[in-house]
Amino acid sequence: MRNLLLPLSESVRLSLRAGDEVTLSGDLYTGRDAAHKLMVQALEKGEPLPFPLNGETIYYTGPTPAKPGQIIGSCGPTSSYRMDPYSPILMKHGLKVMIGKGPRSEAFRRSLVENRAVYLDVTGGIGALLSQRVKAMELIAYPWLESEAIYRLRIENFPAIVAYDSAGNDVFTF
Amino acid sequence: MRTISKDRLISEMERLVVEAATVLDDKVVACLRNGQGQEPGERARHILGEILENQAIARTTSIPICQDTGVAVVFVELGRDLHLDFDLTEALNEGVRRGYQNGYLRKSVVRHPLDRVNTKDNTPAVIHLSLVPGDRLRIRFAPKGAGSENMSRLAMLTPADGIEGIVRFVLETVKLAGGKACPPIILGIGIGGNFEKCALIAKEALFREVDDRAENPIDRALEERLFEEVNKLGIGPMGLSGVTTCLAVKVNSAACHIASLPVAVNIQCHAARHKETVL
Repeated sequence: MRNLLLPLSESVRLSLRAGDEVTLSGDLYTGRDAAHKLMVQALEKGEPLPFPLNGETIYYTGPTPAKPGQIIGSCGPTSSYRMDPYSPILMKHGLKVMIGKGPRSEAFRRSLVENRAVYLDVTGGIGALLSQRVKAMELIAYPWLESEAIYRLRIENFPAIVAYDSAGNDVFTF
Repeated sequence: MRTISKDRLISEMERLVVEAATVLDDKVVACLRNGQGQEPGERARHILGEILENQAIARTTSIPICQDTGVAVVFVELGRDLHLDFDLTEALNEGVRRGYQNGYLRKSVVRHPLDRVNTKDNTPAVIHLSLVPGDRLRIRFAPKGAGSENMSRLAMLTPADGIEGIVRFVLETVKLAGGKACPPIILGIGIGGNFEKCALIAKEALFREVDDRAENPIDRALEERLFEEVNKLGIGPMGLSGVTTCLAVKVNSAACHIASLPVAVNIQCHAARHKETVL
């Protein structure tokens, strides 16, 4: 199994094929429905984003609050298809890696191929296990969204499967 | 007349909320293990292995099984000979509030579907109250996550559609859900009643023990057929193919209009969390 460093280099990204099992280490940003909406609104108004998208990774999660002494609470992936209306706009602005769970739309897949990006799938409902692979968490933007705010996470050996690759292949049964 | 204190009800409700989020029922764990043993594919076995490892970590560390600690769904059976000198709804919500706050669970409820302002304490709970004989209070609680709830569907079929129409609709629903509903899933299916009754009995079906079977022979036969057909779809754990698409199918039925055949499919993800208590 390949251990990949985030953010992914272009050559690594393009070498990934749907079905590859990988582990991820490095930094990424969290974001789900509400944060995506705010980022796309900012782009429409020509305002700066909370972090530079260029080559970056977004993980769709809304963790439970960390207890005292913990880095993060339960932090599994949420369903990715809900981000389909926003992802093509973010990819146009440089986003290259998205991590979540489950199948996505045809329009998303086309946009992924055009932007030579990649979508990774993490097993849903294993947030306790995944919390142990997070080594640091820092609030980046939209604090009022609490669990839905944008955080930067440092992860280590985070298990994932390449779900949609940059050549347009996908791994789902339906 | 028997009575119970408001404080006791609140603290019991709080306990159910916290326990449900962190301890997966042993019977569900056994089903997952059984599924793992039956999977021919390495990837499906690996995913089920992750799910099993996760629930063990959650149990020992009290980190929630899943970050989606859901909307609080509460079925309450109130014995008609029990006297309560407080507002039951308010007390249940207070227990939910304390459970989600003190248990460090995610607050996932917004006050209005369009302005989407978080209520910050996971209230209000969705509470279903029924009056029953006796002097006890039974509380059944489930934190219902959105991943599987969003994939649930209801159809108003006609009597001519019959059992084949029901099976077709259920299979179509499970295929549309695919990997989105976090399979292996449990299906709560309501047949009959009217529009809202059908959805309600489908939800209540998810509170049944994972290894029980419907009492009514028609419902039981439907459970068996659907279990087999759903698992033949090949969706598998997390939609990445396999023979373990559902762990159980629960059919609850109700009387209905001569012109109607409502069917509701409420999907439950593999983190099938529910707890109950009798006071």
